[in-house]
Amino acid sequence: MAETRGVAWKIGGDQGEGIDSTGDALATVANRMGYYVYGYKSFSSRIKGGHTNYKVRVATVPVEATTDTTDVLVALNQETIDKNVAEVPAGGLVLADAAFHPVLPAGHAGAHLIELPLTQIAKELGSVLMRNMVAVGASAALMNLPLEPFQDYVARRFGSKGAAVVGPNQAAVQRGYDQIRAEAGHLTQIRLGDPHPGDRVVITGNDALALGALAGGCRIMAAYPITPASDVMEALIKWMPLVGGVVVQSEDEIAAINLAIGAGFTGARAMTATSGPGFSLMQEALGLASMTETPVVVADIQRSGPSTGMPTKQEQSDLLQMLNGSHGESPRIVLTPSSIPEAFADGMDAFNLAEQYQCPVLIASDLSLGLWTQSVERSVLDRTRAPIVRGAMVTERDLEDVPSGQFKRYALTESGVSPRSVPGMKHGQFLATGAEHAESGKVSEDPANRVQMMQKRFRKLEGFAREGVRREGPADADMTLLSVGSTVGILREAAGMLAAQGHRVGLVWLRVLAPFPTRALIEALAGSRRVLVVEQNATGQVLNLMRTHGIGHEPRFHSFLKYDGVPFTPGEVVQQAAAVLDLAEVL
Amino acid sequence: MATLADFKTSEKSWWCPGCGDFGVLAALQKSLVALDLEPEKLAIVAGIGCSGKIGNYVNGYNLHVVHGRVLPSAMGVRLANRDLTVIGVGGDGDAYAIGMGHFMHALRRNVNLTYLVMDNHIYGLTKGQYSPTSDSGFKTKTTPAGNIEAPVRPLTTAVAGGATFVAQGFSSWQPQLAELIQAGVRHPGFALINIISPCVTYNKVNTYDWYKQNLTNLASDDAYDPTDRVAALTRLNATDELVTGLIYRDPTSVPYEDRVAHLAKEPLAHQDGPVDQAVWDKILAQLG
Repeated sequence: MAETRGVAWKIGGDQGEGIDSTGDALATVANRMGYYVYGYKSFSSRIKGGHTNYKVRVATVPVEATTDTTDVLVALNQETIDKNVAEVPAGGLVLADAAFHPVLPAGHAGAHLIELPLTQIAKELGSVLMRNMVAVGASAALMNLPLEPFQDYVARRFGSKGAAVVGPNQAAVQRGYDQIRAEAGHLTQIRLGDPHPGDRVVITGNDALALGALAGGCRIMAAYPITPASDVMEALIKWMPLVGGVVVQSEDEIAAINLAIGAGFTGARAMTATSGPGFSLMQEALGLASMTETPVVVADIQRSGPSTGMPTKQEQSDLLQMLNGSHGESPRIVLTPSSIPEAFADGMDAFNLAEQYQCPVLIASDLSLGLWTQSVERSVLDRTRAPIVRGAMVTERDLEDVPSGQFKRYALTESGVSPRSVPGMKHGQFLATGAEHAESGKVSEDPANRVQMMQKRFRKLEGFAREGVRREGPADADMTLLSVGSTVGILREAAGMLAAQGHRVGLVWLRVLAPFPTRALIEALAGSRRVLVVEQNATGQVLNLMRTHGIGHEPRFHSFLKYDGVPFTPGEVVQQAAAVLDLAEVL
Repeated sequence: MATLADFKTSEKSWWCPGCGDFGVLAALQKSLVALDLEPEKLAIVAGIGCSGKIGNYVNGYNLHVVHGRVLPSAMGVRLANRDLTVIGVGGDGDAYAIGMGHFMHALRRNVNLTYLVMDNHIYGLTKGQYSPTSDSGFKTKTTPAGNIEAPVRPLTTAVAGGATFVAQGFSSWQPQLAELIQAGVRHPGFALINIISPCVTYNKVNTYDWYKQNLTNLASDDAYDPTDRVAALTRLNATDELVTGLIYRDPTSVPYEDRVAHLAKEPLAHQDGPVDQAVWDKILAQLG
């Protein structure tokens, strides 16, 4: 059977009804069977009530984006049908709990409504809580998946609670499966194709970032809970004790970053993770880290702003703040991961870069990358993929001949990087101050010194060597799609669809925003007839940033923006790209 | 063994002649010698204001942070390396205005560090505005008709807020101040030492003479029990906080870092190897 780019299954209901765990069940089982999954959760900033849904795409090839359509919609209430049926194509399936007497709205008669007494069956088995497990079994039948892996999953997940819990839950899965087979099996045309078993895990970008940080030597983390970044802290709280480190839930984000700076000054690898509102609070401290040349790592899992904005909705609108936030002019590094492997790599490399360049390293992630789940090869999560490199440091031996209190922590060097000491090293004492200072660290307002020190701090990044741009597809493309963050996965999907239509389409994405990879980007785009810069914000921050570096003024550059809180679908990008291709032909 | 000279720097002071901060600096340096510390094992984290310059004058690993954030930074230093003696320093504005949020949480966390607050009831470096500890009625550039606010009561707040060591010194009373600093450093937990350090330029009310007339010294009261929290609050209330000495100490104090499960014994600052393969496998096994 041919490869399939996926069947999309979605479950919806009220928040607090176990929607997440049901979606996780399908994603976990499909991944273990050897399918590639992409999980997409839509939720609101409330604990119970309000519509929520979880869409899982199951494919025989790697997928990094959600789909425009839903093949199987599982509805626990009428609202789920009303809000989501538009994406169910003719012939698609709507599985609904008979308990709420579901109806298909007018105009969607092409979909098959399958009523199943989910609540009734669950009650018969002992608890209405098992309604979702009945839905899982029914979904397995509708997707023509074997039942055994689901039963194994139930046994593992509830194993610690004993047979009294496992048995009824397995019975619930079985009942849902059997009833669909008997009554509605003829309605489904879904054939997933053969899976490709491998050693894969289903994780989020936040998990990958946390794992990368751990592998990169992070041993102190401080953060304040905020959607969608809290999972980074929660993951590290689970794992940090295993490596002897510590996670502090601080009183606010200002405390979080200043704690990390204190730890970085002392020589520990330290980080914080936050989202827009918290990142705004950290601005002053970013300047301190830059000025004192203290390594620190800050992850901003962007969400819709400004102010409280839409806390559970996707946006890529903190980019310019990451580049320029904080008063004065303070050099920093900004990395942009676009996938699970890149989130792991950046989480890891950020700590080396922070110590090598002695400055803040910011990781620009976003809600879609941070929260949605993807299948990834376990081998990607390689703890040894890069050795820990601490950058220029003095040794106690180097300091032997330095009179106590005379160490030049901020010595002017050709690279701008000055070998540093850390507390505990004899004769390495110095003052690290946010005030302008001389080579010794002593406060200085001497004009000549000021200029030398500003130049030194900026000079450090002139030699920045990390890969800043990546490209896939033909260099002489009719159109190159360009973006950052989670939007890149969507563009990859769209590029495939455009290629299937006969277009020569390329994909370029930025891996670093600061220092800006000007030359690499010019080269990557040189042969492309048109460039569509796709980003999820209202003002075109990426294209504007490119333009400040002299790229993107020509008419071949086009901007496609979205800021409604919902990620692009591949179909939307294809449509816009096609329109731009047509336009260019006219020109 | 280090001497007084080892804790001095070549930096000339920026403080006004007669400033109380000179007394704090002298008592601190004497205490460091008495505690038998070495400069490389000392970290001073200082805030913004006249008080924040103290790190410029003491030889150690000193971090001069942004306004009001001494305590989180000092906590980061201490967690990164428990072999260090960490001393936070700020003024009444840094500690009790912009930094008050962190102060309250430092009290209950009880990280092992010593916090010296140089309190002069005025904003000196910005040239004479009222501070959170300024008395009601006090006239300054920003309270021309007299302060209409009630002052912060830092010592009462600290005791009530869960502090395990609360003391007050006076920059003119060197032996007692040095003893309090040493006791604070030895205390296993967060030690607040509020230090009355008069501003000779902008505070013409709360002068050296005024304090000498109004302060009472707990050292002359043999009956006072500093481990009695209620007695401490009563005494602070009765004296309007115009009292020096050890006000409260919790003899059962266990510092934060000793309560962090599985925190490595060796400094985190020295850890730079890869994660152990067995540990990594254990973590990856938890993934879905």
